[in-house]
Amino acid sequence: QDIRNTVGNIPMEWYQDFPHIGYNLEGKKIYKPIRNKDELDMFLEKMENPDYWRTVQDKMTGADIKLTDEQVDLVHRLQKGQFGDVHFNPYEPAVDFFTHEVMIHPVTNRPADKRSFIPSLIEKEKVSKLVHAIKMGWIKPRKPKDDTPTYYDLWAHEDPNSILGRHKMHVPAPKMKLPGHEESYNPPPEYLLSEEEKLAWEQQEPAERKLNFVPQQYRCLRAVPAYSRFIHERFERCLDLYLCPRQRKMRVNVDPEDLIPKLPKPRDLQPFPTTQALVYRGHTSLVRCLSISPSGQWLVSGSDDCTVRFWEVCTARCMKTLPVGGVVKSIAWNPNPTICLVAICVEQSVLLVNPYLGDKLLYGATDQLLESYVAPEEERVQPVQWVTATVEEHSRGIRLVVQHSKAVKQVTWHGKGDYFASVVSDNSNMQVLIHQTSKRWSQNPFRKSKGLVQCVLFHPIRPYFFVATQRYVRIYNLLKQELTKKLMTNCKWVSSMAIHPGGDNVICGSYDSKLAWFDLDLSTRPYQLLRHHKKALRSVAFHKHYPLFASGSDDGTIIVCHGMVYNDLLQNPLLVPVKVLKGHVMTLDLGVLDVLFHPTQPWVFSSGADGTVRLYT
Amino acid sequence: AVTRRLCILKGIYPHEPKHKKKVNKGSTAPRTFYLLKDIKFLLHEPIVNKFREYKVFVRKLRKAYGKSEWSTVDRLRDNKPTYKLDHIVKERYPTFIDALRDLDDALSMCFLFSTFPRTGKCHVQTIQLCRRLAVEFLNYVIASRSLRKVFLSIKGIYYQAEVLGQPVTWITPYAFAHDHPTDVDYRVMATFTEFYTTLLGFVNFRLYHSLNLLYPPKIDGQADVELKPAEGKDYAMDSESYLEKLSALSASLARVVAPTHEDEVEIDEFPVEGETAEQMDAKKKELEDLEKHKRLFEGLRFFLNREVPREPLAFIIRCFGGQVSWDKSLCIGATYDVSDPSITHQIVDRPRVEQQVVGRYYLQPQWVFDSVNAKLCLPVADYFPGVLLPPHLSPFVTEQEGDYVPPEKLKLLAMQRGENPDEESEEEEEEEEEDEDDNEKEEEEEEDESEKEEEMKLKKMEEQKTQNNKALPVKVTAGKLRLEDRQRLEQEQQSEEKRLAIMMMKKREKYLYKKIMFGKKRKVREANKLAAKRKAHDTAVKEEKKKSKKARRA
Repeated sequence: QDIRNTVGNIPMEWYQDFPHIGYNLEGKKIYKPIRNKDELDMFLEKMENPDYWRTVQDKMTGADIKLTDEQVDLVHRLQKGQFGDVHFNPYEPAVDFFTHEVMIHPVTNRPADKRSFIPSLIEKEKVSKLVHAIKMGWIKPRKPKDDTPTYYDLWAHEDPNSILGRHKMHVPAPKMKLPGHEESYNPPPEYLLSEEEKLAWEQQEPAERKLNFVPQQYRCLRAVPAYSRFIHERFERCLDLYLCPRQRKMRVNVDPEDLIPKLPKPRDLQPFPTTQALVYRGHTSLVRCLSISPSGQWLVSGSDDCTVRFWEVCTARCMKTLPVGGVVKSIAWNPNPTICLVAICVEQSVLLVNPYLGDKLLYGATDQLLESYVAPEEERVQPVQWVTATVEEHSRGIRLVVQHSKAVKQVTWHGKGDYFASVVSDNSNMQVLIHQTSKRWSQNPFRKSKGLVQCVLFHPIRPYFFVATQRYVRIYNLLKQELTKKLMTNCKWVSSMAIHPGGDNVICGSYDSKLAWFDLDLSTRPYQLLRHHKKALRSVAFHKHYPLFASGSDDGTIIVCHGMVYNDLLQNPLLVPVKVLKGHVMTLDLGVLDVLFHPTQPWVFSSGADGTVRLYT
Repeated sequence: AVTRRLCILKGIYPHEPKHKKKVNKGSTAPRTFYLLKDIKFLLHEPIVNKFREYKVFVRKLRKAYGKSEWSTVDRLRDNKPTYKLDHIVKERYPTFIDALRDLDDALSMCFLFSTFPRTGKCHVQTIQLCRRLAVEFLNYVIASRSLRKVFLSIKGIYYQAEVLGQPVTWITPYAFAHDHPTDVDYRVMATFTEFYTTLLGFVNFRLYHSLNLLYPPKIDGQADVELKPAEGKDYAMDSESYLEKLSALSASLARVVAPTHEDEVEIDEFPVEGETAEQMDAKKKELEDLEKHKRLFEGLRFFLNREVPREPLAFIIRCFGGQVSWDKSLCIGATYDVSDPSITHQIVDRPRVEQQVVGRYYLQPQWVFDSVNAKLCLPVADYFPGVLLPPHLSPFVTEQEGDYVPPEKLKLLAMQRGENPDEESEEEEEEEEEDEDDNEKEEEEEEDESEKEEEMKLKKMEEQKTQNNKALPVKVTAGKLRLEDRQRLEQEQQSEEKRLAIMMMKKREKYLYKKIMFGKKRKVREANKLAAKRKAHDTAVKEEKKKSKKARRA
């Protein structure tokens, strides 16, 4: 029954699906024994066959083998962990082969070698070599270790060549701050922290504290304890020394007095208004606007209490009160000295009023001039309506009413006194209108709206027209009907504008408390931007003859500046603030609403939110 | 870690780049930047190789330990690679003066390390070396008498010495055990100390040689003999006793050349061009003052009680030529006993002394410190034991104009000038107190008046300051025009002119100006605050005094 299967040591599952299980020595197939046992057969066999438990299947041949008694015994022994051989005794008594006892007989019978009786030659050679080496001084005894450092004069030869470039670049670490009085163990009592200061000290971040310790007082030196942060502070110093970036910082060592620019003394720039001379009382609400007659004798003011008052300048007497039935936004006295006429903005209309002040001939002539108007044959389409005043109105002085479609913001006269321009608060191209009084005719100069117009002005000499929108001032040539210049104000919102009587300089006040001075010959950007006021500027004004300009602001002050313009084109204007005028009381967060110069004297008028008009001389 | 050590040893520090964003790849996160040049410089350092060798050594040692090859361990241990920092010291400080300039931190660190316990934290050798170098330095300062200022702060004791014209300041902690913080990296400190000990050793060597002293220091022969018997009994170890004796600071050091009277040699005058006689005189006077200061305690014999910190006081007294001794059982090196009748001052720090010996002053230690700072022996009355001490002021503060000066300092300055306002005022006070009963009301009135006066003065000062500053908005009082007050008008006008000019300043300059002015004003404010606090305190004290007096009388 010796079937040699020649498949070798392979997993026998590979032959699972074949009828044979390998090949014998001759190369013939070894067929699996026929097995058609199912579960039931297996069970029956298990039940019936008494040797079932000792039957195993040989995987190589697939045949069942019955184990003999010896084989079963061997399996049992191995399972118990015993030796396979039954006759092997693992507990045989040990034979002491080499013992600690010295035996009189040698263990082996071998006679001793000769070399065990004579000294070793090899060793001798080695020793003699060592001895020779020691003699020759090649081998030295181990030096006793001395780890105390030795010091010598390191800087005995200081040669300047050893100073490298590095040393010149080196930034030495700043020394520790030396202690002040407060660090003493017994400081003067004022250096001790009070309760609140101590509390504040504790609440501060450690990095933000001015002192890194709490000053303490001890009665005697004995009572002083150890400082608990001593090692910390040393360690922090170490960290600073090797981790902090070092940098040479130039200390700004300036005398603050040197920073102040050297300006000509205001005393040398006189005349300019210095003190408050008169207060014109009478208005019960904000006085929004002021205007003065060309002769300088009369002053007119418009207010939120729906009246217009006429004052005599020198006496502060209210000559006349004209109720207009609406808030007065703007007011302008005709600059022509031969005409006595005042333009007043009230809601949607511009009233032209004859104040009946001054020379009787003059205002009579004005009335005649207005009445001499002859209506043209053909009615022209106009953006506004010109209405002659009713009898009742006429008796109050109102001559003409120019009715606009929307509320009117501002009105301004041309220098000749015939034309005037009005600004309507609107978003369309109808914002600016130019009117001619003698012909009672109006026109709209712009086809397109370029933004919200803040104010307009006529050039005092040349046919130019200034339109200030929120951020730009556009200058139009009226004759050529074109844009000549566009000034960038660098402000957020322009509030007011004034032109130097010479016509080459413009100032713009803005709500972001800046005043921009433009030199039209220089550039379209401000020559200088003055930030003198703390709050929004409401109005700016130039003096007709003196080199003065003034600005009024919400902070209740008027700043009068000297603004000299030289005829020499090479010399830039000289701007020097000369006086800060105060006097107006702040009401509703508003201070000065309008400023105005007297046409001949170096006087300045101002109207304020407190309902007064003041004169400074 | 190696880079860190290298940076510490070679003194390389980070730099702030000019364009932080450009260097940091667009981010503005905080990073430290080193110059490339510096890093290259570090690479050329020969000590880098030593560090590598050491690393290899540690690796081998660990391996040998792991294999329990003890003979290998021993052999490795014997051949432990060492390195020296001499060349780095030379490289960092090409001249001796450079080294002196950087001595502050080195000294403070050495003094701190020398107080560490001998266990844990760092090597015992380092601590011993630090102690040795510190004591050597102290001995040098004594020998050269170069101590200038001392200050008892709550952090420790500050000393300032002038070594070859360079002021060297260091701080020593009070002699207590440290509670070692956990958030401190002792390795960093140890690296610094490694460098500092090398530096300090060389500096000490050079300093000793500049005074013709032996280095390592030897105690002078005679004193040595005196000390011998005591040492034989109490101290077993010879090696320790040397350092102990040295640190007792009581004996002078041996010199290479026998001390001649070289000190007596007058300094030749070299008139420098462009120097006036006045300047010369001032210089001469300064020198004289310095000499006087150096001999402040000459001829005085001190005795330190055992509750007094021995080392700092012995150091200070010896620095100014005094003789000092202490109880024999306290420390080695005591030269005379308590009962010595020649003792002039005994330093005591207890509320009262039971058995007082006639013929000597019993003083609190602060007297020594204050006297040194004042450059004269202060009157002893304020410093008797149990007396409330006058405040201890910092000698490092030099008040500039406008700063707050504590009244004690003013008194001191007056005393230095040779006046004696202190006694007068005291007498006055006493007198006042004497006839307090009679005219209490009057006095109060007077006081009130004086207070008012003071207040006025204060106000005036403030006004002047503010007017000097001119940044404060002075209100224009239009209604109250006083014609007779010309000056005031003038001033007002000037101030207005200034304000107008300030309006015309450029934005940048205005910003700068405002910042400067703000700083100045803050200074004034702080000074005023301190003055007010002092005044309040003084009045409170006075009240208290009066009350107690009344209570006693009633």
